[in-house]
Amino acid sequence: MKIKDIQEEIIDEFGIFDSWMDKYEYIIELGKNVPKINEDDKVDENIIKGCQSKVWLHAKKSNGLVQFYADSDALITKGIISLLLRVLSNQKPSDIIQANLDFIDKIGLRQHLSVNRANGLNNMIKKIKFYAIGYNNK
Amino acid sequence: MDIKKNIDSIRNDFPILSTSVNGNKLVYLDNAATSQTPNCVIDSISDYYKNLNSNIHRGVHFLSQKATEIYEETRFKFKKHLNANSTKEIIFTSGTTHSINLVANGFNNSLKAGDEIIVSSLEHHSNIVPWQMLCEKTGATMKVIPMNQEGELNLNAYEDMLSKKTKIVFVNHVSNALGTVNPIKFIIDRAHSFSAKVLIDGAQAIPHFKVDVNDLNADFYVFSAHKFCGPTGVGILYAKQSILEDFPPYQGGGEMIDEVTFEKTTYADLPNKFEPGTPNIAGVIASGIALDYINGIGLDNIKKYEDELLSYATQKLKTINNLKIYGTSQNKTSVISFNIGDIHAYDIGSIIDNLGIAVRTGHHCAQPIMDYYNIPGTIRVSFCFYNNFDEIDKLVNALNRAVKMLS
Repeated sequence: MKIKDIQEEIIDEFGIFDSWMDKYEYIIELGKNVPKINEDDKVDENIIKGCQSKVWLHAKKSNGLVQFYADSDALITKGIISLLLRVLSNQKPSDIIQANLDFIDKIGLRQHLSVNRANGLNNMIKKIKFYAIGYNNK
Repeated sequence: MDIKKNIDSIRNDFPILSTSVNGNKLVYLDNAATSQTPNCVIDSISDYYKNLNSNIHRGVHFLSQKATEIYEETRFKFKKHLNANSTKEIIFTSGTTHSINLVANGFNNSLKAGDEIIVSSLEHHSNIVPWQMLCEKTGATMKVIPMNQEGELNLNAYEDMLSKKTKIVFVNHVSNALGTVNPIKFIIDRAHSFSAKVLIDGAQAIPHFKVDVNDLNADFYVFSAHKFCGPTGVGILYAKQSILEDFPPYQGGGEMIDEVTFEKTTYADLPNKFEPGTPNIAGVIASGIALDYINGIGLDNIKKYEDELLSYATQKLKTINNLKIYGTSQNKTSVISFNIGDIHAYDIGSIIDNLGIAVRTGHHCAQPIMDYYNIPGTIRVSFCFYNNFDEIDKLVNALNRAVKMLS
């Protein structure tokens, strides 16, 4: 599925919720279902700086597509990560680099996050795109 | 004033308390970060700009004289409140952090390699970093008073650390992260027997109980106006006159001078020597109004009421499964730091924020304390005299809801 289509799908899914409590509940469920990453990958060099909770991210490339793996010690953060990975994992590096992640605004996530958390989210996206740039140049 | 009987009218003094968050009435429990502002303080700022605005200490005109008079009356208010010996001992700064930096700078020339300074493990980063910088500059070393599981300082260890090498001791009166009230009178006495100077960070004490700097015999006592219902951007530094006279000026500028030529400048007398430039006049005056306001309610009444809030909240929170409170000293102010099971503090903070409840989550600028407990952070609720018992019930309900969602 293309990045744009996955984003549309997520926007539709969030459209059914009336309140942010419901949205949180959904994000938390997503967080609980994120597959655990390997303990070996929970190293300091994989930590994303600027997040209020700990976030680890690493990536691999196979068959021309980049796969991302991430984890966090906070569930809501994990849920947000799972949305990001659903959109950006298993995509071509060039598509990841060019992706315009408008679903974050459209589901109201960015407006709802505290400034600290929003900065953390931006750092996460930056790191994902750096990985993609690295793989694109290889 | 009986706060319990007058709680509704007290709450009406604070317009922000009627704020609605996502359709819920705001429950503000982040008072250790900053307290809210009553109408009288808000009005005083607006009155200043409507009726008094002018530069102080230099104009001959009506407004300048009037503003200077009120500014200096405010200094007198703080002198009286703290029981200082003279208004020369009261310096207005931009906040506690600024005050601490000013004091640390004062030791720049006298501290040397081999000297020691002692800090408590309960300090806020703002009372650690300026001293680390001073140590780097001078070659002095820093020793840390350890704490126990209850969040209390180990006073035996402190006594063992003191020696003729000790030059400065700095401890907070009340820990911002745990609420522990430290036995500062004892700490000051012991330090003085080695001729060391003591700085007390009173940012979390002044809003909650009466402080007498003369009785404590503190060399420096620092705090911020915004913690006791005043505006942000105003700090009060109390320091003994003899020490301030020996200190070099911290910042150069107008108003802190006696005579200026291009060859040499002589400095003004206290307190002006440490107040260069145009100060936060409106803020300082408003801080005096905030002081009048809390004194109008009465600090003894505030302490009694907040103790009741603390014990009610502690009991209620303990009904939540797996809730662990950090900082369980018998002597603490109305701060409760806790975690619930292994749920991340940010997750809980985010959900209860959505329900209109404002708390602090994280390390509270006191990472060494979190390292001691081996946790990334806590949820901290901190009360003010305008909080009521109903708000504590709302907090507990919201926490229960968050736990249900996150388990």
